[in-house]
Amino acid sequence: MTEAVTIEARNAVKAFGQGDHVVRALDDVSIQIRKGEFFTLLGPSGCGKTTLLRLIAGFEMPTSGTILLDGADITDLPPNRRPVNTVFQSYALFPHLTVAENVGFGLTMQGRPKAEVKARVAEMLALVKLEAMAGRKTSQLSGGQQQRVALARALAPQPKVLLLDEPLSALDLKLRKEMQVELKRLQTETGITFIFVTHDQEEALTMSDRVGVMSAGKLQQVGSPKEIYTRPVNRFVASFIGETNFLPATVVAGGVRLSTGDVVEVATAAMGTVTLTVRPEQVRIVGAGEAGAISARVKFLVYFGTDTHCHLALADGTEVVARVQSPASGEAGIVEGSEIGIRFAPGAAQVLED
Amino acid sequence: MAERRFEISRIPGFATIAVATFVMLYLPIAALVTFSFNAGNSVAVWEGFSLHWYADAWNNQAVKDATARSLIIAVCAAVISTTVATLAAMGTTRRARFRGDTFIYVAINQPLMVPEIVTAVALMILFGMVKEATGYQGLGYLILAHSAFCIPFAYLPIRARLEGMDLSLETAAGDLYATPWQTFRHVTLPLLGPGILAGAMLAFVISLDDVIITEFVKSGGQDTLPTYMLGQLRRTMTPEVNAISTALLALTVVLLTIFFLLTRKRD
Amino acid sequence: MSAAEERLARQSARNGWLLSVPALLLLGVAAIGPLAVIFVYSFLTPGQYGNVVWEFSLDGWISILFTRDIFEGTLGLADAHLTIFWRSVSLSIMTTVVAFALGFPTAWFIATRPAKQRALWLFLITIPFWTNLLIRTFAIMEVIRAEGVLNTALLWIGIIDTPLAIIYTDVAVLIGMAYVYLPLMVLPLFAAIDRFDMRLLEAGYDLYASRWQVLRRVILPIVKPGIVAGSILVFVPSLGAYVTPRVLGGGKNMMIGNFIELQFLAGRNWPLGAALSVTLLVIVTAALLIYVRAANRGSNPHG
Repeated sequence: MTEAVTIEARNAVKAFGQGDHVVRALDDVSIQIRKGEFFTLLGPSGCGKTTLLRLIAGFEMPTSGTILLDGADITDLPPNRRPVNTVFQSYALFPHLTVAENVGFGLTMQGRPKAEVKARVAEMLALVKLEAMAGRKTSQLSGGQQQRVALARALAPQPKVLLLDEPLSALDLKLRKEMQVELKRLQTETGITFIFVTHDQEEALTMSDRVGVMSAGKLQQVGSPKEIYTRPVNRFVASFIGETNFLPATVVAGGVRLSTGDVVEVATAAMGTVTLTVRPEQVRIVGAGEAGAISARVKFLVYFGTDTHCHLALADGTEVVARVQSPASGEAGIVEGSEIGIRFAPGAAQVLED
Repeated sequence: MAERRFEISRIPGFATIAVATFVMLYLPIAALVTFSFNAGNSVAVWEGFSLHWYADAWNNQAVKDATARSLIIAVCAAVISTTVATLAAMGTTRRARFRGDTFIYVAINQPLMVPEIVTAVALMILFGMVKEATGYQGLGYLILAHSAFCIPFAYLPIRARLEGMDLSLETAAGDLYATPWQTFRHVTLPLLGPGILAGAMLAFVISLDDVIITEFVKSGGQDTLPTYMLGQLRRTMTPEVNAISTALLALTVVLLTIFFLLTRKRD
Repeated sequence: MSAAEERLARQSARNGWLLSVPALLLLGVAAIGPLAVIFVYSFLTPGQYGNVVWEFSLDGWISILFTRDIFEGTLGLADAHLTIFWRSVSLSIMTTVVAFALGFPTAWFIATRPAKQRALWLFLITIPFWTNLLIRTFAIMEVIRAEGVLNTALLWIGIIDTPLAIIYTDVAVLIGMAYVYLPLMVLPLFAAIDRFDMRLLEAGYDLYASRWQVLRRVILPIVKPGIVAGSILVFVPSLGAYVTPRVLGGGKNMMIGNFIELQFLAGRNWPLGAALSVTLLVIVTAALLIYVRAANRGSNPHG
């Protein structure tokens, strides 16, 4: 992957409404998306991710700020003059056209020669494995097939950037898994920059080269899936992606002191009151009273098949969840009500400033 | 079926009243149609089957002229009102609200809200002055008046179709390098087609059926079919009126059936 | 808003207006503009042989309710006018009531049919709705007149031995108006009932309500916007009716619409006719405003 920047947003602001009812859907967002990467915008609904996508596509004008494509300002360019294509959440396939006509639409509008359009359409349909459907009306296709047509249509004009607005949300779980693999394959094969919008954290983690987490119109963190998961920069990112424990703590020399008085070794530059976060699978259960362990009591267990969630109470009542492997057949495992000790895996605990 | 269960949506007596209502709704129309085939002069006593009232109506010069006039006016009014209504529907749907959009909407639907008799006398006065000033007495006044009151009937189905159309289709066209004109030509218009046709048909039917405004606006000797029939009231009624009514009725039903088939495709 | 956003918004509004201009022009010339003429005419002096004399006068408005005694020049209540107003209003209200009594069960019946049949039943209601009003009025006339289908049948069966004198009475006008405007009641009622969540009935019965209580406490309150819509849609054209009372009322049993015509065509008093028209317009507009408010409330229960 090269480091060249394809799409850049500088201080993008998008406000809706007037007077007292102004809502900032996008609040001063700056982001750089690199050439050829699979970039995912992740966040809950209403966080501004779709608005950012629509600014890049040109469907909306920013209230302030600029959008750049390969270093050139395209903020005022209408969508039909941007080499950027979109796969819509609802697919937006033209119901009065056949599959082939849909796929060829962009090229036809660009005025490309008929022969070229035909060849490119055939190529695209082969890419998404829909050669047999070329003459069908789009309403005769299944959801998954419509999805592929939408992809082929957006890829056919060979855009510099492909925007995908929650394209998998209408598919059932099994099809979604297949399409995730398919999308990744298409991205690798075509080498086109993909910007993918989703609210599904698992989708974001499994498919992306980098993820941008958004909330309340602001970009919270940008990083590789692993960075986002293991090194969340704030409470929102930590809680939105995966499950986690939050423990109130105060910074002391060499670590933080929990409300129970136990000291956890962790590197931090923060001062005063902080929050310690640790993922449930990083909590190890050890024998009660083991040296250096924090003592806890097992309140109740929730069985998840392979894993069991142990809901624990520390000495002062603070709740901690530990995820452990369910005991093998015949073994007793952890018993509700028992006194135990816990440790955090080395480097797993993370300090968040409040 | 002998199956006994509590029918949740049944209200005792409602089905009976409903069926009786349908019978009452269609019985007079059925009688009207039936007696158009009566051999005798009565519209109440059956004297055998005959088509001679249709032949009489067909050979009646006044009826022929009125039919021709009705059709000319209805075609012109349908074309004009549908054209301007299509433009207006494009102007008032699927864009951000703007200053005056409510005014436009109310103005377009105004003919639905004003009692026809009021518009009729108003037009009689206004066009009367114009007739006097210009000396022109032709069908233009009727075409103009019909075109105006047909606008909301053409506008509503077109607007409904536009609103039901996924806005993302045009966004997608723009995304795929179509200029605004190409978007209109290749996406909006083909999808809007059935709505426009439906609007034109309603406008045609409405124009064809109009009595009151026509009665007040027409110059001497400009009877349309409905005003001709109203004029027949002063004489003894013969099944000839039934025959004309039946023919008009058949035309309306055919057009409406097409209209329904056109608009139903949406779901 | 940024300059680009503002430019787009302005452009969108301008296009909206430009596209609407042809329709507005046509309506201005042949529908809305003429109403101004009517308004002006209501303040002029009646001419000797119809038409008007261009002199300001309130006589048109005064004579809606009063007549001037020719000899003494004093004003007295115009009884004949009041009779016509009263007939118009009471017949319109009765028409609305009859249409509701028949229309609600009909709409309910259609809405509770299986989905496939429903379109057909609805189509059956829609055909009369779009059928020429004059034809439907003729149809009902041929049924109820002295030598009509109804009397012929009743005489033949032997239930009566002299024909019922229905035609050219207020009852005839009522029957006719209820007949021609019934679809206007059924369609909005159907729309409201169609949106009604039938599971609420299960909830009602589950909570010990009887059929009647469910109807009164659950169904009617929820479909009320549809009831208001249907009632206004029947009341408004009834009040302005012209064809039906002319054909079935036989000239004697006039309603406001025919009374207005009389002022113009018989050349009697154009300013009075104009003033009556404006009055009718105001009443109808008021009724429609109630309708719009009810419709908005229906679509936005938290508003």
